[in-house]
Amino acid sequence: MPANPFNAFTDYGIGIGLRVPHYQHILTKKPVVDWFEIISENFMVDGGRPLEVLDQILEQYRVVQHGVSLYFGSADPLDRAHLKKLKAVVKRTRTPWLSDHLCWGSVDGTYTHDLLPMPYTKVAARRTAEKIRQVRDYLEIPVCVENVSSYAEFHVSEMTEWEFLTEVVERADCGILLDVNNIYVSSRNHGFNPYDYVDNVPHHRVAQMHIAGHTKFEKYILDTHDHPVIDPVWKLYAHAIRLCGVTATLLEWDDKIPSFDEVHDEALKAHQFIDGARAARNPGNVKTDRVAGLA
Amino acid sequence: MRSTRDLKALQRAMAAAVLRPLNAGSRTQRRWVDGRPTAAVVGEFIKPNDELTSLDRIEIYNRMYWFRVLDCLYDDCPGLRAVLGVRRFMRLAEAYLAKYPSSSFTLRNLSRRLAQFIGEEPLLTAPYTALAIDMARFEWAQVEAFDGPALPSLEPQDIAGENPGRLRLRLQPYLGLLALNYAVDDYVIAVKKSGLRSDASNAPGGASSVAASPRVSRPRRARVHVAVHRHDNQIYFKRLEPAAYRLLVGLQQGQTLAHACALALPKAAASPAWQQKVQGWFKNWAELGWFCQTAASSP
Repeated sequence: MPANPFNAFTDYGIGIGLRVPHYQHILTKKPVVDWFEIISENFMVDGGRPLEVLDQILEQYRVVQHGVSLYFGSADPLDRAHLKKLKAVVKRTRTPWLSDHLCWGSVDGTYTHDLLPMPYTKVAARRTAEKIRQVRDYLEIPVCVENVSSYAEFHVSEMTEWEFLTEVVERADCGILLDVNNIYVSSRNHGFNPYDYVDNVPHHRVAQMHIAGHTKFEKYILDTHDHPVIDPVWKLYAHAIRLCGVTATLLEWDDKIPSFDEVHDEALKAHQFIDGARAARNPGNVKTDRVAGLA
Repeated sequence: MRSTRDLKALQRAMAAAVLRPLNAGSRTQRRWVDGRPTAAVVGEFIKPNDELTSLDRIEIYNRMYWFRVLDCLYDDCPGLRAVLGVRRFMRLAEAYLAKYPSSSFTLRNLSRRLAQFIGEEPLLTAPYTALAIDMARFEWAQVEAFDGPALPSLEPQDIAGENPGRLRLRLQPYLGLLALNYAVDDYVIAVKKSGLRSDASNAPGGASSVAASPRVSRPRRARVHVAVHRHDNQIYFKRLEPAAYRLLVGLQQGQTLAHACALALPKAAASPAWQQKVQGWFKNWAELGWFCQTAASSP
């Protein structure tokens, strides 16, 4: 039973990101993994090794696409050629949903290759929601937007980040990929209470969650995805899971990538919180559902 | 903010700050392009907090941008690094990206205009400009060969009995054909071997020593023709005889088989020895899957 109308994949379980250093291990050892999240752009190519690997992965595993360059929040219109390439990958993977970030990163055809923060205004929310709808209509699959980590805020902002996220997803009628680590990082960088954020997003729209590690500097935190998840982020995740219900969850580890087993073991720590949330909602079915989630 | 136009103006302002080259200390430049303090410029749209000024906050993005794109070029251009040395390569990369920032959603395309830029700014690579251009072309051809499109290979029976005067053989889109003034293929292989040796020796320096290895001399000027291609999804370089190169370029340009042969091959090609040689080329190219389909016959 889905936890909410935007989460038809409650029992997708716990995934990890598909990363190059693990290709050999995955293709030869075929470890049991609920699902892999791929970075769409890595496979928006015309041929060669990337697509060969992807096809081999698809023979064995469920794959969900996560993007970094749709830039829903850019004022510029969507690039049709880009969308066409993305749709080709969507058809190949048959991803059940697709996510990208609530951010911008390009202007006038120049790309920063970064996930730049939005000004939290009504105008920006309207423009962003409009583009999310266009993407969903073109790709013909559910779209989720992910909150980003940020290190800057704009004078023109008119609302909090979670109010902006809510405004966007309600207008676009889309799902949320709730990145709990990003909430934590931004809360430290901007001085808000991360629990206020989690408490105030529309829980019924949360379709996926991200967890990750980060790096603390003297005056700010960087979202580096190169460490295990710290306890305060796990606690925030547990809180989010209690509010949103059992949700497909993914660990991001993108730099200083350790062995496959180390990454997977870190991700599987999420089970204790998912099981807790499941037991609270549905006593007696924990074991059965857990097995189904690993299918 | 009243309209999407205002949103775009804000994004233009922030992008200008993020993309602006760093200073010599890898920090955000303290002066804006018009001489105003950068802190005042970014302070107009970025809010400070208790810990960080507006400038501090934009500097995080400014540094991340440059570190990201420079890292990408560093990884994509090991041969060019070896030609120029790491320090000079980094100066070239910074100048290149300042003039030609990324215009693609993917970092894969970052070095697309590097050879062109080297030609436009020869002082950055002198006296190795011609070699640097060859190397940049060679390394870009590898990017294209790695994940360029592949079409179904042509089988001999597909063209059996075709009239060479009408037959147009199409080459795989991922196949790069290069006429070079330096044997950069041999040089790259030598640099890689040198790097492997230094890795195996556990000598201090590690992988970074590969780029600036003093043991590999830069190649002397020598005309070579190279095909950059892939087989079983691995990248390979293949030396071509000048006539073979001309023949393949002719086919790539859409000439009929007969026309391409007439233009590319010497008069002596009528001899049995030459005919055997040319047949050998075609057999080898077909085995490598370079021919992919017959284009429409000439009228």
